[in-house]
Amino acid sequence: MIHMKNVFQRISIDQEICMHCGACVGTCPKNALFLHDLTVAADENCNGCLLCVRVCPIGAIEKVPGGKRR
Amino acid sequence: MKIIETDVVVVGAGPAGSTTARFAAKGGADVVMIEKRQEIGSPVRCAEGISKPLLDKIDLKLDQKDIARQVKGAKIISPSGHVLTISEKQAGNEVGIVLDRVFFDKHLAKLAADEGAEILLKTSAVGLLKDDGRIAGVRAIGPSGEFEIRAKCVVGADGFESQIGRWGGIDTTLSPDDITSCFQYRLTNIDIDPDYCEFTIGSMAPGGYVWIFPKNEDTANVGLGIQLKQLKKPGEIKAALDRFISKDKRLAKGKPLDMVAGAVSICAPIEKTVIDNLLLVGDSARQIDPITGGGISNGCIAGRIAGETLAHAAETGDFSGRGLQTYEQGWRDVLENKQYRNWMAKEKLVKLSDDVLDKIIQALIEVGVEGLSALAILQAVAKKYPELVEEFKDFL
Repeated sequence: MIHMKNVFQRISIDQEICMHCGACVGTCPKNALFLHDLTVAADENCNGCLLCVRVCPIGAIEKVPGGKRR
Repeated sequence: MKIIETDVVVVGAGPAGSTTARFAAKGGADVVMIEKRQEIGSPVRCAEGISKPLLDKIDLKLDQKDIARQVKGAKIISPSGHVLTISEKQAGNEVGIVLDRVFFDKHLAKLAADEGAEILLKTSAVGLLKDDGRIAGVRAIGPSGEFEIRAKCVVGADGFESQIGRWGGIDTTLSPDDITSCFQYRLTNIDIDPDYCEFTIGSMAPGGYVWIFPKNEDTANVGLGIQLKQLKKPGEIKAALDRFISKDKRLAKGKPLDMVAGAVSICAPIEKTVIDNLLLVGDSARQIDPITGGGISNGCIAGRIAGETLAHAAETGDFSGRGLQTYEQGWRDVLENKQYRNWMAKEKLVKLSDDVLDKIIQALIEVGVEGLSALAILQAVAKKYPELVEEFKDFL
């Protein structure tokens, strides 16, 4: 099982919950999220707006405590 | 590194991509279509309802397997449970078929293949190729590693999560007002009316609705969408659907056969879908009905126009933004007005209270309704209760 918790400091994507639906990828205003075959990952363009946390239909993305919006 | 050369590379083998590939290849263009998944049509990310008039518009005869269920009409249910039944005749065939996308998508891809399009599975686009700043294809990763698909035009049919447009410089970013987040189960062992698609509106699904689309006698796609702007807590969508199901006696004992998550755009038409050597089609072009969230019809209709435009471009050799205007103009001629009007209607609908929605549905039950379009429904209400639809005066 792939774990990608804390791939990035502002959000963390729980790959065990993630259904790879792309809701967060299409929503991200900074295009910082990517959907590959079986993983979703975030990159350094993330500005911490947390829209991905809200749009995720099953709650697979959470805010990392202390992560700041920039 | 391996290099493939072609006229057109289509990224994404959903209905819009396959229809684009089909009509481009039919008109003589060399087409390569890539799909990141190992199987076209799976996993399904859709409620699977379409209306019958689409089929003629894209010269499509459905196979028996494509159709899970033909329904007789639609029921729209108000927050407190008033049921407006719209027969197929009244709806002008607007409702009709619950698909089996696993077969339907393969059927559309087969039609593209029959015209000569190449198909590559488990192959993702990871970037655009450029020659002196001009878009010249995509960098792709497939089962045997990274390679280049050099093409005169890149078609982004890569869905809600589209990257192609953003890479090429077309702004497809959406406001939280214009996104609906959705969750769905295919539930079996339920006690539904298998002849009607059901839409329940109100505060259980703010800015969206709950749908029940029958797949067979005791199985249906049961899902819920909420406008992103209204979402506060992580995982709220699934929780709201679970709550709805547990409260509905017909559904409460249902057992899930699959789960589907996803998001759809519910925006006004975007400003442009074409630049030099690149076009967008389907969900990636945000060609979705903002009221229903339906995208198959629009994606296929736009796909046909895109394909025919690309076939012509392959003949003339002109894949510039100007050369591709036939597509830009063509899809707008048939889809833009309705998308814009329904977006305006959606902006107003999301503000209505449960109480007003109840009154509107009750009024409709009383006066009857001629069609299933948002416009027809509002006009029906306006005839008798203009004060209820005061908000929509401009729209009417």
